[in-house]
Amino acid sequence: MTDAKTPNTPLWEVFIRSRNGLAHKHVGSLHAADAVLAMQAARDLYTRRGEGLSVWIVASNAIVASDPDERGMMFEPSLSKPYRHPTFYDVPDEVGHM
Amino acid sequence: MATTSITVNETPLVLHALRRADDALVLGHRLSEWIGHGPTLEEEMALGNIGLDLLGQARSLYAFAAETEGAGRDEDAYAYLRDAPQYRNLLLVEQPNGDFARTMARQLFYSAFADPYWRATMASPVETLAAVAAKSEKESAYHLRHASEWMIRLGDGTEDSHRRAQLAVDDLWSFTGELFEADAADAGVVDPAAIRARWGQTIAEVLSRATLVMPHGGWMQSGGRRGKHSEHLGHLLAPLQHLQRSFPGAKW
Repeated sequence: MTDAKTPNTPLWEVFIRSRNGLAHKHVGSLHAADAVLAMQAARDLYTRRGEGLSVWIVASNAIVASDPDERGMMFEPSLSKPYRHPTFYDVPDEVGHM
Repeated sequence: MATTSITVNETPLVLHALRRADDALVLGHRLSEWIGHGPTLEEEMALGNIGLDLLGQARSLYAFAAETEGAGRDEDAYAYLRDAPQYRNLLLVEQPNGDFARTMARQLFYSAFADPYWRATMASPVETLAAVAAKSEKESAYHLRHASEWMIRLGDGTEDSHRRAQLAVDDLWSFTGELFEADAADAGVVDPAAIRARWGQTIAEVLSRATLVMPHGGWMQSGGRRGKHSEHLGHLLAPLQHLQRSFPGAKW
């Protein structure tokens, strides 16, 4: 029997590219025993309404995530630096929409 | 008041279409029985999707049968207003779901036939059948892969899953001969017998990867194509037809 602490259906993250030229976007996660079954399940769960042209599957435990407790250190310093936004330039009218 | 059953004028082409349509409807209905009982949420969706693919195939084929018969019926009439002896599906597809291994073995046996069958039918001179085949082939290709991957994992999985998978293969084997039966209704369309070698190759490959033993030959069940069904079909049709029989034309 499988140890409850090591489930035989690990978690996988699913990314779908809906159109050529767009990036793969995270759409959700699923449980599956291995990569092949994960791909089948992703197809059956997340592409039922014509959403996808391409699917990426990543084992959830392969994702390195930022620690919510380090949010201050990680992200707050950037909030006080509006000059990093490209909003301080005068764009000549002739350029039109960029 | 219950609606009486229709009598279909089974010309060869109508019979040919009804056989394929009934296979798809009955197997699709069997898969729908898993809804609410799937082993995992992911697999329940997969079984529901495959069931819906098959239901879609059945609808197209019934619509084609209606057009060919020319008796002014719609696709619902064939599904709801024929009794078990008028159904022309394979005995294989009406067999109960059993455990997950049995459902997958049944799916493998059927899909390994349906996929090359639809591919061959894409070249049919009957335009509508060729169009239905082109759509169905993409669906059945996935059904085959889905069932194959599961059979490999069940067979080559735990002691229990191996035992159940082998039991399912052995029990359902005698229903596989009927897949290749052909008669006058298949003349000029696609001869199911021509699929046999390809089917055997696919099954041998999957079962070998699944470390399962492939049965050989033996006595084969027959009769579904002529309306001689196992007792299971009536029990399947009762809930499927009850509403339309009791309240003809009911919509909601």
